[in-house]
Amino acid sequence: MTVSFNKEFLKKSQSLIALFLLCLVLSLLSDKFLTGTNLWNVLRQISVNVCISVGMTLVVLMAGIDLSVGSVLGLTAALSAGLLKNGLGFESLDLFVGFTVLGGVLVAMLVGLFLGFLNGWFITKFSIPPFVATLAMLTIARGLTMLYTQGMPISNLGSSFEFIGSGWFLGIPVPVWISAFFVLIVLFLSKKTTFGRYIYAIGGNEKAAFLSGININRVKLIVYGIAGMMASVAGILVTSRLNSAQPNAGASYELDSIAAVVIGGTSLSGGVGSVTGTVIGAAIIGVLNNGLVLLNVSPFWQQVVKGLVILVAVIIDKINQKKD
Amino acid sequence: MLEAVNISKEFPGVKALRQVNLKFYPGKVNAVLGENGAGKSTLLKILTGVYTQYDGEIILKNEGVRFRNVKEAQNAGIAIIHQELNLIPELSITENLFLGRELLTSVGFLDEKKMDEKARELLEKLQLDAAPRSLVKQLKVGEQQLVEIAKALLVNAEIIMMDEPTSAITDKEIDNLHRIVRGLKEEGKTIVYISHKMNELFRIADYYTVMRDGCSVAEGEMSQTTEQELIEQMVGRQVLISKKEAGSTSEETVLKIKNLNLRHPSVKHRKLLTDISLELKKGEILGIFGLMGAGRTELLETIFGMNPSSSEGSVEINGKEKHLKTPKEAIRSGLAFLTEDRKNEGLVLGMDITSNISLNASPGNDFINPSKEKSLARAYIQQLGIKTPSENQYCKNLSGGNQQKVILSKWLAIHPEILMLDEPTRGIDINAKNEIYELVKKLAADQMSILLVSSEIPEILTLSDRILVMAEGQIKASFSASEATEDKLLKAALPH
Repeated sequence: MTVSFNKEFLKKSQSLIALFLLCLVLSLLSDKFLTGTNLWNVLRQISVNVCISVGMTLVVLMAGIDLSVGSVLGLTAALSAGLLKNGLGFESLDLFVGFTVLGGVLVAMLVGLFLGFLNGWFITKFSIPPFVATLAMLTIARGLTMLYTQGMPISNLGSSFEFIGSGWFLGIPVPVWISAFFVLIVLFLSKKTTFGRYIYAIGGNEKAAFLSGININRVKLIVYGIAGMMASVAGILVTSRLNSAQPNAGASYELDSIAAVVIGGTSLSGGVGSVTGTVIGAAIIGVLNNGLVLLNVSPFWQQVVKGLVILVAVIIDKINQKKD
Repeated sequence: MLEAVNISKEFPGVKALRQVNLKFYPGKVNAVLGENGAGKSTLLKILTGVYTQYDGEIILKNEGVRFRNVKEAQNAGIAIIHQELNLIPELSITENLFLGRELLTSVGFLDEKKMDEKARELLEKLQLDAAPRSLVKQLKVGEQQLVEIAKALLVNAEIIMMDEPTSAITDKEIDNLHRIVRGLKEEGKTIVYISHKMNELFRIADYYTVMRDGCSVAEGEMSQTTEQELIEQMVGRQVLISKKEAGSTSEETVLKIKNLNLRHPSVKHRKLLTDISLELKKGEILGIFGLMGAGRTELLETIFGMNPSSSEGSVEINGKEKHLKTPKEAIRSGLAFLTEDRKNEGLVLGMDITSNISLNASPGNDFINPSKEKSLARAYIQQLGIKTPSENQYCKNLSGGNQQKVILSKWLAIHPEILMLDEPTRGIDINAKNEIYELVKKLAADQMSILLVSSEIPEILTLSDRILVMAEGQIKASFSASEATEDKLLKAALPH
C-alpha cells in the first residue's frame, strides 16, 4: 500500500521534480540564475503564460483546444490601450467617452469573454471541431487587431496602467499576484465545484456525461468563455509591462500555452490533468527560456530545446499510462 | 470442409464457448442458429482469426490450423461479411475491393485500369448494376453487401461467412442475395449463414447447427427439421432463478406512451419505431423482449429524450404530458436510464467510484461536498456489494459486474420514479447477475417502476410482471408473467 502510494506520489510530482532539477542545473551553470532580480523577473514573465494556460487547461480537460488565445490577447490588449489613450468617440453624435484604467481593463476582459463565447457557440451550435473554430478565430482576431491599430503600436499609456505589469505589491510583482489570484480561482472551480467535475466528466466520457443529465453545451460555452477572458487578462499584463500595445502581441502564444498544459500532464484527449500541473508546466518553460538566455544559447537552439522538452514530457506521460 | 473440434473460449468471469463441435460442408449453405449470447459471434471470431486465445482445434481440409491473426484466416480462404459492413463509404467500389491488395503497374503506380476491369468482371458476375468508380456511400445497403461478397470472391475465398446478412435489406434484395448464394454454393463454396429469420433459413439453408449457452446442441439436415423443433433446441430447458412474486404492483399508471414513432436518422421513410404504445404501473417490472435490432434500445432512448427531433407521439408521466428534449429534462421528470454499453455510455472510466456515483446526484449544487459524496458512495458500495478496496478506486479497474453496480448506484442516488434498464446483466458473471436480479426485485417491491429490456429470455421471465415482445420496431405481442414461456417469446420475436 505504501509502495503504491509512493509511486503514485512520485508520478504526480514528476513535473515538479523536473522543474527542481532544471533549477538546480541552471544555478550550477550560471551565477545570475539564483539572484533575486532574475527570479522575480522569471516569475513576472511566467505570469502571462500562466494566465492563458489555466484557461487552456479547462479547455483541454474537455478534450478541446483553443488556438485563438494569442490573437484574442492581441486584440483585447490593443482595445484596452486604445480606449485608455484615445477613448471612444462618436463624431456624428458629438459624443466622447473617456476610459479609466479600470474601465479599459474591464472592457478588455468582457471582449475576451465574448470572443471565447463565440468560439464556444460555433463549437456547440454547429458542431465545428474546436481546432477549426478557434483557428478561424485566430485569424479573425488578428485581422481585427491590425485594423484597429493600423499596424502601429499604441504607446504611452500612463503610469497607473503601467503599475499592473511593472509594479510591486508587498514585495512581490503585481503580475504574480494577478496570475496567482486567477490560478486559485480556476483551481477552486475545477476541483471543488460541480462545474469542474462536469469538465472532467465531459473530457472522460462525453456520452456518459450527456446521459447523466449534464448540459454539455452550456459547460463548453462557459469554458471557452473563460479561456478567452484569461487571454485578455494576459493581454493586459503584456501591454502594461511594455506600456505599449503591439499589433502582433501574443502571436504564437497559444503554442507556449498548449506546451505548458501538456508538460503539466494534462492529456490532450481530455479527462486527465490539473491546473497545478499546468502552472508547473508554465514554470518549466519559463525557467528554460530564462536559463537558455542566461547561458547565451542562440535563439534558434532555444526553439529546438523547447520542442525536445515537450516531446520528452509527453513520452514520459505515455509510458506512465501504459504501466497502468 | 471446416470443422471446429472441442473449441472452448473463456472471458474474465464468463465461459463464452464450451466444447463446441461443428462442421461446415462445402457446396452447402450451413446455418448457425442461436439466441443472442449463445456464442455464435465468439465462434465466428475464432474461426476468422480475431480471437487467438482458445482451447480446441480448427480443422481445415483435414489439417489442423491455428490462425494467429485475421490475415492468416483470409489467406486460408476464409472470408466473413459482418452485419455492420466493413466498407469505406468515401472510397469507390474498386478502391474498396482492392484495399490492402492494390494492383501496381511495372513502375509501382496504382494500376487503376486493371483494377477497374477486374472489379467490373466481379460486379457483372454478381449482377450488380454499378460503375466500378462509383462511391460505396451511393449504393444501397443490399448493393454494399454484394460489394462485400465481391471482396470475398476477389481473394478466392472458399468459405464465406455471413452474419445476419438480411437484417437491413429489402425483400427484393434478399431474393437477389439468395440467388447469388445459391450460385456460389453450386461452385462448391462453403457458405456459413447466420440468421434469426426462420422462413428464410428454410428457404436457403441445407444444413444447420444450433448453439445454446456456448455449446453446440443440435445439428442436422434442414429438410429433416421443423421450425418448432429448432426453437425448442434454441431455448432448451433452462432452470430458472427464483421468479419474482406477482401481485406487488398497484393500479396507478406511472408512464403512459401512446403512438410513439421514430424516424431513421439517415434513411428516408424508414422507421425505427412504429406506433409504440405501452403503460407502466407503479411498482411494476415491465419486460421488453426482442432480438438485436428490434428497436428496444431506440425505444428507451426516445423515452429518455435523446431523439427529440426525429420522434413523434405522446409520453405521459404521472398523468402529465411531457415533451422531453434532453436527458436532463428526462431525469428531472423522474426517469433514470441504465444504458446497454456501460463503458462508452455509462461510466467515466477515468474517474473514481465516488465521482461517478455523484455525477448526477447533485443538480443545483454548485459546490462539491466531499464528505457527503464519500458517505453516499460508501453507502451504495455496501448496499449493492460493490467489490472494491475503497471508494477512491478508478472505475476502469473494476470488473464488469462491479462497474454495472456503480452505474446502478449513480441512478439510484437520484431516487428515480422510473428506472429503465437496457441489458442490465450483459457480459457479467453469474453471481453479480443474481445480485442485480435480487436488487431489481427489491426496488420494484419498494414501488419503483421498472422498464427492463433484455435479449435474454430467462432474465425477462425471472423478473417481469408483464412482458412485451418487440420486433422490427413494433410491439408484436404482450404476455402476462404466468402465460409467458420461452417458446412463445422467441416465436413472437422472430421476424417474418
